Amino acid sequence: MNKSIMEIVVPQLAESLVNATIDKWLKQPGDMVDIYEPICEIVTDKVNAELPSTVSGKLVKILVGNGETVPVGTPVCLIETESAEASMPQQAPQAPSVNAGASVQPAASTLLSEDAPMRGRFSPAVQQLAAEHGVRLADVPGTGLGGRITRKDVLAYVASGAHKNNAAHAAPAAPASMDPVVQVRSSGIHLSETPRIPKIEIESAAPGRGETFIDVTPIRNTIARNMRQSVSEIPHAWTMIEVDVTNLVILRNKLKDEFMKREGINLTYLAFLLKAVVNAIKDFPIMNSTWAVDKIIVKRDINISLAVGTEDSVLTPVIKNADHKNVAGLAKEIDELARKTREGKLTLSDMQGGTFTVNNTGSFGSILSYPIINYPQAAILTFESIVKRPVVINDMIAVRSMANLCLSLDHRILDGVICGRFLQRVKDNLESFTIESKLY
Amino acid sequence: MAVMDYIDAIRLAMKEEMERDEDVFVLGEDVGVKGGVFTTTKGLHEQFGEYRALDTPLAESAIAGVAIGAAMYGMKPIAEMQYSDFMFPATNQIISEAAKIRYRSNNDWSCPVVIRAPIGGGIFGGLYHSQCPESVFFGTPGLKIVAPYRPYDAKGLLKAAVRDEDPVLYFENKKAYRLINGEVPEDDYIVEIGKANVLREGDDITVIGYSMPLRFVEQAAEELQQEGISAHILDLRTLQPLDKEAILEAVRKTGKVLIIHEDNKTGGVGAEVSAIIAEELLYELDAPIMRLCGPDVPAMPINPPGEKFFLLNKDKVKEAMRNLALY
Repeated sequence: MNKSIMEIVVPQLAESLVNATIDKWLKQPGDMVDIYEPICEIVTDKVNAELPSTVSGKLVKILVGNGETVPVGTPVCLIETESAEASMPQQAPQAPSVNAGASVQPAASTLLSEDAPMRGRFSPAVQQLAAEHGVRLADVPGTGLGGRITRKDVLAYVASGAHKNNAAHAAPAAPASMDPVVQVRSSGIHLSETPRIPKIEIESAAPGRGETFIDVTPIRNTIARNMRQSVSEIPHAWTMIEVDVTNLVILRNKLKDEFMKREGINLTYLAFLLKAVVNAIKDFPIMNSTWAVDKIIVKRDINISLAVGTEDSVLTPVIKNADHKNVAGLAKEIDELARKTREGKLTLSDMQGGTFTVNNTGSFGSILSYPIINYPQAAILTFESIVKRPVVINDMIAVRSMANLCLSLDHRILDGVICGRFLQRVKDNLESFTIESKLY
Repeated sequence: MAVMDYIDAIRLAMKEEMERDEDVFVLGEDVGVKGGVFTTTKGLHEQFGEYRALDTPLAESAIAGVAIGAAMYGMKPIAEMQYSDFMFPATNQIISEAAKIRYRSNNDWSCPVVIRAPIGGGIFGGLYHSQCPESVFFGTPGLKIVAPYRPYDAKGLLKAAVRDEDPVLYFENKKAYRLINGEVPEDDYIVEIGKANVLREGDDITVIGYSMPLRFVEQAAEELQQEGISAHILDLRTLQPLDKEAILEAVRKTGKVLIIHEDNKTGGVGAEVSAIIAEELLYELDAPIMRLCGPDVPAMPINPPGEKFFLLNKDKVKEAMRNLALY
């Protein structure tokens, strides 16, 4: 029966345990040990334990003495077993050594031969080096797998200076198909990471000097289309009336601070104007209509489109059922829509259903304007600046706060008489605000 | 300079950063009173109190979410995932929130969070305690990922991560905690994120790796030196962003490259490193690019022979290195 020597190693006793200290040997060389019998005590960071034997046999040698610390997996002793199948500690087969100097030996130029199947396969690095140094690869001994010429073989060959001797009779120094003139790419997407910025063609300076081009935004395009449709389809007529708003100015001045305190928003003249307009429309419903070629559609709901300008466009959000609201309600609605417009938060429903448009052109200082009707409505009214002017009242001159109201109308639907009456009603409504008027 | 274990270097980095900056705090499962299941945060609770060594519920998504929120608000949290295997519930927070907030907010917000997670097997942990999740996060722009190997880098990279303005995933190898030790300066220094490090100079083969397997590479290189094989070893240290210049320079030295990591082969970090080399250095390669990685097996086996089969070791690494050298 074969005798063989087994190693007992330090086991991994716990997670993240990497070494152990032999505390005390329980067996001594020459002692017989059974399988699983403790042979020594070990101490680790985490646990103290007895180390059991993994085989039975005779302890022949202790490799790690009391108190020594060794990594997990280290053999601590050798045990001689009588098992036939147990094997000696495996001796790793000696690897064939790579002799760095070997390549320098002027090996007979072994071209493609049976024991060198890789002799004719050249790596890119080998080809590049050969081209660089003018090396004829057929002369270079190969030490790589299957006789392959390695990069280091070429370097060693160049270092030995052998290629210079050969160069005398072998003039063409291009053993492989590498063209040495072609620069090998040594940079690329991974080295130059700056993303490519699309090149924008600037109009050449010569002819168009002094002009710049602004792209038409979608909103600009919509405004253009609606305006052109309105002026080309609707025969516009225009009229204007002058209103004395002195009492309204007094009324607003009285209420605006308290309104601000109570509601948190400005009490604008526009709210009063809207109230006046809406009430006038109720008396003249034809103002609230649309031309439909063979008929005129009069809308029952009074939805006021309010022109709100921004830096680069104008929008007409809608105050729905404006006739159901008092001055305070209108003021809130105006504030809300103006805010949404400035913040670009208008929704589609905010924009739909308008039946009559009011534009507060006075807010930018205008005293007279010629508005284009908000297609397909029948009329549009502007509220111009309030200015103090000398006015003749009862043959006396007084300083009054005056404002102009301008009206563009669809002359297919409306005529001068009805519009004159309508404007007169708006004027009456505005002038009938007194210091006693209520907002709510 | 003191010689200390990998885990002590990590703990020291946190301690120093918490002393330096009041906004730095740690949070995670059992990081407070217990001091971490591996003792990584031991002593921080005593020194800095319960509000800076925060015990959290067993909810990784919450740990990451709280840390991300605190970071966006100006704190410097170090969130611990007890094992990187438990990190996946927090993946959405990390990938969709932390990584993207700077981009999403057009630079208004940033998220200087550090998320520490122990990776790797070899502790008989099986499925739930052995995974290497690098490749899950690797392809996420907006995340930085570091995976130190030497204790020196463990400390320096963690300090750099804490001070970084953006989210950093810090993958520490749990097997390395007490296995790897080395000199660590006791003063304040950082290791720059995004820089690889040459561990050994050589001219026969280049080995590129990160974290724990580099130990096997170093051991194998030492032994192969006896056989006349000289290995050049590059420790990536940072996985995202990869140090491309260092990779190319290291490969250029020998023309033969072996890439090693414990994470499985398909879609791993090695695949990207390999692609970079193939894109840039075709004409300087002297051998096919080789990889030695964990097998494409769903999980680390819990049985010891299975685990041994899965894991890299010195002999496997040595054989691969020798084969490449002989090519």
